[in-house]
Amino acid sequence: MTAVTERLALDRPAPAVRPSALAAVDRVFRLSAHLCALLVLAVLVGVLAAMVHGGWPIFRELGAADFLTSSVWDVNTDRYGAWPAIAGTLMTALIALLIGVPVSLGIAVFLTELAPPWLKHPIATAVELLAAVPSIIYGMWGLFVLAPLVARYVQAPLNQVVEGMPILGTILSSQVPSGTGIATAGVILALMIIPFIASVTRDIFDQIPTVLRESAYGIGCTTWEVVRHVLLPQAGVSIIGAIMLGLGRALGETMAVTFVVGNANRLSASIFDPGSTIASRIANEFNEAFGLQMNALLALGCVLFLVTFAILFVARLLIARVRAP
Amino acid sequence: MAAVPAHLSACEAVPWRRVRRQRRVADRLMRVLCVAFTAVGVFALGWILAMLAWEGVHALSPRIFTEATPGPGSEGGGLANAIVGSLVLTFLGIAIATPIGVMAGTYLAEYGKASRLATTIRFVNDALLSAPSILIGLFVYTVMVQPMGSYSGWAGAVALAIIATPVIVRTTEDMLRLVPSTLREAGAALGAPPAIVIRSITWRAARAGMVTGIVLALARIAGETAPLLFTALNNSSWFNANLLGGVSNLPVTIFQFALSPYPNWQQLAWAGALLITVAILALSVSARLLLRRRTTR
Repeated sequence: MTAVTERLALDRPAPAVRPSALAAVDRVFRLSAHLCALLVLAVLVGVLAAMVHGGWPIFRELGAADFLTSSVWDVNTDRYGAWPAIAGTLMTALIALLIGVPVSLGIAVFLTELAPPWLKHPIATAVELLAAVPSIIYGMWGLFVLAPLVARYVQAPLNQVVEGMPILGTILSSQVPSGTGIATAGVILALMIIPFIASVTRDIFDQIPTVLRESAYGIGCTTWEVVRHVLLPQAGVSIIGAIMLGLGRALGETMAVTFVVGNANRLSASIFDPGSTIASRIANEFNEAFGLQMNALLALGCVLFLVTFAILFVARLLIARVRAP
Repeated sequence: MAAVPAHLSACEAVPWRRVRRQRRVADRLMRVLCVAFTAVGVFALGWILAMLAWEGVHALSPRIFTEATPGPGSEGGGLANAIVGSLVLTFLGIAIATPIGVMAGTYLAEYGKASRLATTIRFVNDALLSAPSILIGLFVYTVMVQPMGSYSGWAGAVALAIIATPVIVRTTEDMLRLVPSTLREAGAALGAPPAIVIRSITWRAARAGMVTGIVLALARIAGETAPLLFTALNNSSWFNANLLGGVSNLPVTIFQFALSPYPNWQQLAWAGALLITVAILALSVSARLLLRRRTTR
């Protein structure tokens, strides 16, 4: 039925009364729609091409492996290594996920299973609106509120506790308790991805048929058992998809991280020391960069593009597989 | 009562009371954790907004809207040029993105459907939707700023348009798909070719939803900073209508002023941050109201 009508309506226009004018309008409209759609494709290809083209001198002269693993970033001697920025990006994103995922899953469970109706709607709306707050706001809060708190109440006491300890002493101590660093950036990123993951997960939970829940409660399950044995298996990989979408955001987030990450070019073993991420490095240096340094930054952009694109690809596959049947 | 499974009833020693207690404790623990997580999340996010409102309201004054951004170390000053520049860039960006996004969304919903090209474009659109915005800035820098030789308002507008387009494409397609196909069939039965059916029937039926998408796109680009850093950058002088030069705008100004050592710059940054957040939240709320009115009617 639909197949027939669709063909009737769109593919083969019925012979028009005034073929010349109407057919021309029709063709122009169809063509422009087609072109605009192709433009979207062209932009993505263009972004990738610009990054690869701009980063090519670096990949050619230093070699991709050298560029990715070297940890020297020295503008004066034109030596560029991406590892500190890549490691910083991964560390901040990891910290963000470690904090953000449990909290957002908790919020999603609270909103779908526990909250009384009068509380449900306001909190859900607030969470969704907070996803729209621009990232510089999170950055300013991180710089002016969170960083001083971290410096005074986390770094200073922690330095005394872990001093001299074998492994913890390296990971958790900070040379200068300034509050800015990889850990602070991770916390800010966590706050930024919580609204996002929470609202996507809530949507996924909401789509699970109520009958499943009711039958589980009917055989005497507690709320936790319903969540653990009914909701989570049902939602399954699409929750992982939602988390990966959040991860993609965390990896590419620029402004908030630039405020609080400390922007140091070297690699540090401690998560409380300043570092940098790919995006913050680009934001800090690109406007003053020239020559090979600009190529190096574009090569960093290329790495970021490929990583976020791969993550998005996997996330889409995971979410699509659940929604398909 | 005989419902106890065989393997359990075989061993008499199953301590049911303990099992029941464990289940109850696990349940309580999980409930408390979920409530605590929600409280922590809402508290942290509320703290951010409260801090913003507190600092912002204190920094607000009429001269924010009348005076240009001050130079380093000078007293006073406002944000007038940045506000005007932001409005111009945002609306230019939307003006570029709207026709492209609506037409591309129309292609996906009405022409392409499940074809391979449409599926690819749908995926690419999703990729652009969540691509790091700083990469869009880099892209526009290499294709516009570098060849033209200077930072320009046009480059900023194009960068914002690239970020807004995927939002519009996505909502347009979703909204067009909600239009019942009987409407299209009725139009086709009257002899209208597809272009006429789409323009005078499908678009009209989906108008509220499509406008919602454009409003959401506005909210999305109004606070974008990263793509403007390398494109529109800034311009400390009072607003000049020349879009071929750098154009001052709120997000970049906030970024530069917040990181500066001058207290009056930091104050201005808070004021600007409050203005931008209020504008974006107002846009998001109106988008929701628009959509709700459509669905209840």
